[in-house]
Amino acid sequence: MSMKNAVYTKFKDISREEHISPGTALCTGCGGLLALRLAYKVLGENVVIVNAAGCFTLLSVYPYNPFSSSWMYTAMASAPAGAQGIRDALDILIKKGKLKSEENLKVVVLTGDGAANDIGLQSTSAAIHRGLDFHYFCYDNEAYSNTGFQMSSATPYGSRTATSLPGEINPQGTVQRKKDLFEIWRAHKPPYLATVSPSHPVDLSNKFEKASKFEGPKLFIALSPCPPGWSFGASNSVNIARLAVQTGIWPLKEAVYGEVKHTVIPKFKPVEKYLRTQNRYNHLFNPVKQVDVIDNIKKDVEQYWERYLDS
Amino acid sequence: MVKEMLTGNYAAAWGARLSEVDYVPAFPITPQTEIIETLSQWINDGEMNAKFTNMDSEHSMITAAGTAAATGARVFSATSSQGLLYGYEMLYNVTGWRVPLVLVNVSRGLSAPITLEPDHNDILSTRDSGFIQIHAETCQEVLDTILMAYRIAEDERVLLPVLINMDGFYLSFTREPVEIPCKDAVSRFLPEYNPKHAFFKASKPMSQGVAVLGGSAYSYFKYQMHLASLNVLTVHDEVAGEFKRIFGRSYSATEAFKIDDAEYVIIMSNSFTIKGKAAVNKFREKGLKAGLLRLRLIRPFPSTELKAFLRGKKAVAVIDQNISPGSGGILFKDVTTALYHDPDRPERILSFIGGLGGKDIGHAEFKHIVEEMEKSIETGIVPETQLLYTKNDLEHINNLLNIAGNPLEGLEN
Ligand SMILES: Cc1ncc(C[n+]2csc(CCOP(=O)(O)OP(=O)(O)O)c2C)c(N)n1
Ligand code: SF4
Ligand SMILES: [Mg+2]
Repeated sequence: MSMKNAVYTKFKDISREEHISPGTALCTGCGGLLALRLAYKVLGENVVIVNAAGCFTLLSVYPYNPFSSSWMYTAMASAPAGAQGIRDALDILIKKGKLKSEENLKVVVLTGDGAANDIGLQSTSAAIHRGLDFHYFCYDNEAYSNTGFQMSSATPYGSRTATSLPGEINPQGTVQRKKDLFEIWRAHKPPYLATVSPSHPVDLSNKFEKASKFEGPKLFIALSPCPPGWSFGASNSVNIARLAVQTGIWPLKEAVYGEVKHTVIPKFKPVEKYLRTQNRYNHLFNPVKQVDVIDNIKKDVEQYWERYLDS
Repeated sequence: MVKEMLTGNYAAAWGARLSEVDYVPAFPITPQTEIIETLSQWINDGEMNAKFTNMDSEHSMITAAGTAAATGARVFSATSSQGLLYGYEMLYNVTGWRVPLVLVNVSRGLSAPITLEPDHNDILSTRDSGFIQIHAETCQEVLDTILMAYRIAEDERVLLPVLINMDGFYLSFTREPVEIPCKDAVSRFLPEYNPKHAFFKASKPMSQGVAVLGGSAYSYFKYQMHLASLNVLTVHDEVAGEFKRIFGRSYSATEAFKIDDAEYVIIMSNSFTIKGKAAVNKFREKGLKAGLLRLRLIRPFPSTELKAFLRGKKAVAVIDQNISPGSGGILFKDVTTALYHDPDRPERILSFIGGLGGKDIGHAEFKHIVEEMEKSIETGIVPETQLLYTKNDLEHINNLLNIAGNPLEGLEN
């Protein structure tokens, strides 16, 4: 693995080479796909993607495939185990001389938040624990999107999904707080762990570049605005992702062997501004404003940042 | 060649070792664990040049086994019972990926109630997954079948994974004399795995496990698996022939025991067959023309061979060491389906359930089976499926029921 640390300082530093061709079955304006496209530019083409069931499974529908590299769809729960099998097989085949070392591949897990936080958490934890040398790319669209946007444990408090609709008993929609996957992963002390956003391509590229220096688990959670699920116009994905960062809702950070550092300190635009961009929060403003719920969301953001800005 | 006293588990480990497998992902479960412990030790000691990985579940284990095989490695693993079912989703995936790995299942009754001893509901629940299934009777057969399984699975006419079944305790923990073939002979029999259809390498990007949209593509790939599985009927016999030539031991898809002149035939599978063979010998001493068929290759199901063996017999009794509640014995249906259109099929086909959760099948039960076959010929009446359950068994359970007591006793309503 290259030890060179190319630092990206501006958008133009990012390679123009594409590893995913356009015209896939994913929605227009899919924030997750944009983040993946950017990540790929750093990863290069000697990659095998190990995919878990989700929207991105439809990137590869027989006989089409938009990638310049290899692909393995596994199942919803066990993409990290699939990555383990491929990594182990490549290693042993190279060791036994059955495969030339220049045939080696980077193994990259590609999974949604539902797979990462819920059904696949065990296999993810196990792969990190084993020190598997792989990249893990979780596109976080904050729900089970592929099945029609049902609640996952990455769904934020106060938002609407198809299985946490606002109603008589729960006017706020989703009752639970978003699970803190970053901290769950950080507890495993992987060499590299980061959050990224398609609105911050330079930050994203630098993180993938930095990660490549480490052997072992290299984990990423990408904020992934989802036009049909979050209910907004497809041209707004990047703006919404940017607002998520600027309001402090989506902290951009990294952790090297567990040491956290924020890579962007936001100017803290009003949280309400972010909420109003998406109809999944519409019930917080219409027909009556649910001030308490909005305050809770603000408080969560404030409390999060107090911990880091004080220290 | 010297024989060693090996357990079925140890014999299985030897099978994997001699096959020079590249990769063993593992997860423990009784009564299989000795297999992976043994392999782990050999790999750690450098006696085997392979990679061993402790996985977090059978679901993960079968996933890793499948993707490693899809990368081009020769893969072995083992599980049992709950473990096989825990990984169930992935069984269908690895067959669809057409990766020729070998998985040993050490049969154990399924929970609930939880138990350790064998019956075949675990393995038979996977019969529609596309795995080739071979069920072994002896520890020697376990080892030999693993060698044969890689040849069959990796044959380009097949390219499907193989599940080999052995009974928990009766084989897994029972020592039998086993001949461990020498390395040279094995390498003459089993060449290195060099896949042309599924691998990952930088110079040749490949997509595997991809989605299809619509039934025509799906039907096509599913039916391909069916046809490939049927090819095993031929490939198995070719491989068995070569195995016999090199190692001297011969295996057939269906094992016939004293069948030629038999009028009454018992059909069964796995380690309890030895009990059936002993019973047949006793019946023969008494002048009764009994015989036995052991179902060894379960998927694909060797219908034609079975038909030929059973043509003109008076009666057949299938002992299913499994139960499909609300329906009966699972293999009984495969047998009756195979025989139905044969004009010279046996006059009667009877169904028995026995050996559930490792319950013994004694001579009295075999005697009962033969008597039922005779009675059915006499009366023309075919009895419903019967459970093989003796007076002793009844006494035993009554005793337990008494101790457990009635939960409602002493309660006012
Ligand atoms: C074992 C299993 N359970 C359920 C499903 C159905 N399923 C397919 S995709 C999906 C949603 C995945 O959500 P996420 O991981 O967040 O990815 P996204 O759909 O949002 O891209 C579900 C529930 C499945 N494929 N497998
Ligand atoms: S539903 Fe959302 S996450 Fe899925 S492809 Fe469409 S935009 Fe992307
Ligand atoms: Mg999702």
